[in-house]
Amino acid sequence: MIRASLWQRFAASRSGLIGLAILVLVLILAASAPVFFPGDPFAIVDKPFLPPFGTHLLGTDSLGRDMAAGIAHGAGTSLMIGLVATLAALFIGTLIGAFAGFYGGLVDNLLMRLTELFQTIPSFIFAIVLVAILSPSLSSTIIAIAVVSWPPIARLVRGEFLSLRRREFVEAAIVLGMGDLQMIFRQILPNCLSAIIVTGSLLVATAILVESALAFLGLGDPNIMSWGFMIGAGRTYLRTAWWLCAIPGIAILLTVLAINLVGEGLNDALNPRLRTL
Amino acid sequence: MTARLRFILGRLVQAVPIVLGIIILNFLLLHLAPGDVATVLAGEAGGAPPEYVAQLRHDFGLDQPLWIQLLLYIKNILSLDLGYSFRQSMPVLQLILERLGPTLLLMGTTLLISVGFGVLLGLIAAMRVRRWADTMISILAIIAYATPLFWIGLMLIVLFSIKLDWLPTTGMETVAAFYEGWDRVLDIAWHLVLPALTLSLFYMALYTRLMRAAMLEQAGMEYVTTARAKGLTERRITFRHILRNAFLPVLTIVGVQIGSLLGGSVIVEAVFAWPGLGQLAFQSLFARDFNLLLGIFFLSAGLVVIVNLVVDVIYTLLDPRIEAR
Repeated sequence: MIRASLWQRFAASRSGLIGLAILVLVLILAASAPVFFPGDPFAIVDKPFLPPFGTHLLGTDSLGRDMAAGIAHGAGTSLMIGLVATLAALFIGTLIGAFAGFYGGLVDNLLMRLTELFQTIPSFIFAIVLVAILSPSLSSTIIAIAVVSWPPIARLVRGEFLSLRRREFVEAAIVLGMGDLQMIFRQILPNCLSAIIVTGSLLVATAILVESALAFLGLGDPNIMSWGFMIGAGRTYLRTAWWLCAIPGIAILLTVLAINLVGEGLNDALNPRLRTL
Repeated sequence: MTARLRFILGRLVQAVPIVLGIIILNFLLLHLAPGDVATVLAGEAGGAPPEYVAQLRHDFGLDQPLWIQLLLYIKNILSLDLGYSFRQSMPVLQLILERLGPTLLLMGTTLLISVGFGVLLGLIAAMRVRRWADTMISILAIIAYATPLFWIGLMLIVLFSIKLDWLPTTGMETVAAFYEGWDRVLDIAWHLVLPALTLSLFYMALYTRLMRAAMLEQAGMEYVTTARAKGLTERRITFRHILRNAFLPVLTIVGVQIGSLLGGSVIVEAVFAWPGLGQLAFQSLFARDFNLLLGIFFLSAGLVVIVNLVVDVIYTLLDPRIEAR
């Protein structure tokens, strides 16, 4: 029953449905990349600079690589990095926020100062510094995005914990003699899940934008095809072949837009009182 | 001491551990970075005997325990000594200060455009809520919110510089023209249009959505009912009462977003070859000049702390409740 009404509430927002439809298409694209474009997306298949809608659906790039193959394989890269980085950020943020909100006092003070510190540091510049020091790779991209994105989650979870820990069910758990960790993870955390899910879904979109910007600047994993890398590689030929940059950008735009719309739809369905920014 | 002064002093005291934290983090990152000053110097000299490298390490205090090195580092930073860039043969601070101006110009212009138009568009959307103007503004905002900055920049170059040939593609001024006085100001303004527009779009979308939400929230408040009961005109209620209160959350987010604006500026500078801090960061990145990169990192974090203090001061001027507390 609850599941049905949740879906009904989500389906009530037209923009949420549109977002979901686009997102499903991107997922299908990512999943079908090895089927329709088997082999290496970096492989040279034809003459360079073939315009779109010729022998190759989206044309070829400056080295004669198939643009469509790049877009399809890039979809997987973006979604994977966005998802894994977000999960890592959720993990860090939830732990810090939960402990700060549950214990309060000195623990809260110290953890929140740490959060404030990470929030003050310009996050994109921090991400650049981290990737540069760790040297560009898939894992350093994910680590950098996770390290710069957890503070808002920590603040959110802390706030939820502060308001939940005075509730009766927590007092009942204390009376039952339940341990702290069990109370945090078994009792209080499940009650914050809807807020965490909404913020997390919007974070995936931000993570994809950061990943594409890092790859555009040449800080992505050199062995993995990504949309940001394609734009960075095509920008030298803006004058003669602007579509090399335009096409991957549209892919990023649509994906990020879809995730934002789904996130807002989820927000309306899960926490009708919460406003989205 | 007035409440306002106490509030500002309180914020100043709060900033101290943050600045200290930034310095410590910077120190740790510098240690994580591959190669220290001694190996870099030895490398510049085209290889050196190990005894010489050890001597260099000793001279720079790199053979001291980590915590002594940290204290030394804090002392250096507090005396504004950010180290030396061996690639550029110049003190890091001097390099950064040379590039700070263009970045501040770009950020300042962006702030003016994005806050100005964001507030205006949000206001229009809220006054025409659920009508076509509101729908159009909201759709455009949500699209701008999802667009990568660097891509917008490249597409604007394609349209306005390559196809229409209206605006310059890169740089901050036409160096070869040797403009002076107002001609130079105009030339720089001309070069500023595309980068500032690129950086503004995202923030304009953000402030539009925020302003719209804040206006709608404030419109449901009790003081609005009171004002209406007093017989004030709707125009006066909107512009004198709701608008002022709705602006406060926007101002808060302006402070919060300064760091992100700096990050965006790095990307935009890379797209438009704008000679600011971002360009410098980009160069240091590929020269593996970590001393310079972390100097920029430190100063940009410091800039965020300073701007947030300024926002707090503006806040006390706009929100009389702080005085009353």
